[in-house]
Amino acid sequence: MKRHRSVDILFMLPTLLAFGLVVLVPFGLGIYYSLTDWNGVSSNINLVGFKNFESMFREPQFIYSFLITLQYTAINVVFVNLVGFLLALLVTSQLKLRNFYRAGFFVPNLIGGLVLGYIWQFMFNNVLVDMGRTLGISWLATTLTGKPGTVIWAMSFVNTWQYAGYIMMIYVAAIQSIPASLMEAANVDGAGFFRRVRSILIPMVANAFTITIFLTLTTSFKQYDLNFALTGGRPALRFMEKGIKSSQLLAMDIYQTAMGNNKMNEAQAKAVVFFIILVVFSLIQVSINKRREVEA
Amino acid sequence: MTTKPVPIKPKVTRTGIRLLVSEILVMLLFLLFMVPFFLVVLNSAKSSAEIINSPVNMPSDWGLLLSNITTIFNHPTVQYTSAFLNSLIITVVSLAVIAFFSAMCAWVLVRNKTRWSAIIFLLFVSAMVIPFQVVMFPLVQWLRMLGNFLGLPLLGTYHGIVFAYLGFGCSMTIFILHGFIKGVPLELEEAATIDGCSQSRTFFSVVLPLLMPAFVTVLILNGIWIWNDYLLPLLVLGSSGPIKTIPLAVANFAGAFVKQWDLILTSALLAMIPIIVLFLFAQRYIIKGMVEGAIK
Repeated sequence: MKRHRSVDILFMLPTLLAFGLVVLVPFGLGIYYSLTDWNGVSSNINLVGFKNFESMFREPQFIYSFLITLQYTAINVVFVNLVGFLLALLVTSQLKLRNFYRAGFFVPNLIGGLVLGYIWQFMFNNVLVDMGRTLGISWLATTLTGKPGTVIWAMSFVNTWQYAGYIMMIYVAAIQSIPASLMEAANVDGAGFFRRVRSILIPMVANAFTITIFLTLTTSFKQYDLNFALTGGRPALRFMEKGIKSSQLLAMDIYQTAMGNNKMNEAQAKAVVFFIILVVFSLIQVSINKRREVEA
Repeated sequence: MTTKPVPIKPKVTRTGIRLLVSEILVMLLFLLFMVPFFLVVLNSAKSSAEIINSPVNMPSDWGLLLSNITTIFNHPTVQYTSAFLNSLIITVVSLAVIAFFSAMCAWVLVRNKTRWSAIIFLLFVSAMVIPFQVVMFPLVQWLRMLGNFLGLPLLGTYHGIVFAYLGFGCSMTIFILHGFIKGVPLELEEAATIDGCSQSRTFFSVVLPLLMPAFVTVLILNGIWIWNDYLLPLLVLGSSGPIKTIPLAVANFAGAFVKQWDLILTSALLAMIPIIVLFLFAQRYIIKGMVEGAIK
């Protein structure tokens, strides 16, 4: 078929224009600004080398944000996948209302992190505290989002609640693609339920694990909305002899550095580090997928 | 040799018991999952004082639900009707623009087998790794400059945010559609050309209608994201600008009326209703779309 170059270009133009102006140019500017004294206002911008990068690794708030983001991500990867997988096992059995349950577990994931953040702020600050008092459970009687030691766990709990249903559906899709004859054969051979899960189901859905682990990894790492609405970075904490916010994850730290502290250039340098970490994550994912394709 | 009797009956009852146990377990888990939603509805029908008194009791007067909803509808900080319409306009127009232009671009990238199209496709795919945090601040500055230069403001306007969504949404959309178009038989397009269709006519009359199943996936993935998105509207529209989306309105309200849980929860309820109603009608498509989007 003969193709006209002018038509081809015309067809690609709108997306290329938007993509170039909205993503590529700001991305280039963003990397450049991370090496300058950009403050967002002055048009007089000077290169300062890696100064912004050096200062960030001496900043207690950034170090703490970095550590809790890793903690938050690790907790989520484990719990979201564990809960999602267990839910998937339950809703792929012969339950009467399995489609209803699937839809129900999926719902939290349709609602934005911002709205859910406020709802759970209410749950932690009012409902659970009230329950703790009436039932005499002391660890619930003071809000779990109010203590530096538990706030990350509280956030992960909400994230697991929100995200497990989605991950469950990915596992459900993978489990349903296993030929029924395989499971029946194992059943006839006398393999019990747990044996079948361990020896057939888990190996057969291994591909889904790669997807879901990286999905939870990147979304947790980039968490902002829920963090902002649920805790706003609170409570305060002393760390490395400075007062910091004990639940300010990296994405929120970047926003705060720019909008709260008016240090646009330092925020940009943090964002570049943030980007590099995400690139490393996806390179690992790509290489795992490649290896798996070779094996298959 | 004694033959062991095959224990058919006990085995059936054992699976029966196991099924019953999982039925009860799932039911309990499901109720636990739904608790936050129940409490939102419950407490939307209370006064602030009543909530502080007991956040878990049944409301004394369900009539308060209606009056709280009316308050939120008429509240100057929320302006629910206008926020809802803004969210609707921005989401629907962005979805149409993203799907339409991305399909055009993806089709050219699949059918025009040159080095250039391979490079452009690779560019779109790699851009999916770029986190919003690294482009957001330069983007705002750059859109302001661009708006001044064109004499057409891009910040705080509908077309500006739709353009931004096209830029951010096109890479994933092109990636999904690209994979789908590869499976569309070339013979169809050749037949159309022989019948006298021009290149663009071939696309609009033959290819575009065939893409409908892929559009479902693309519309749902982008739709959930845009409807719930908080940061991009915050930066492009501004929190005090004339155009507010639902997440912006909820965040403004919760920020301004801290601890006014009756109204915060009512606004959260109103923010959730549209998407839950949509989910009730299009459940199958939504779950399918989101799962397929993740697997690809």
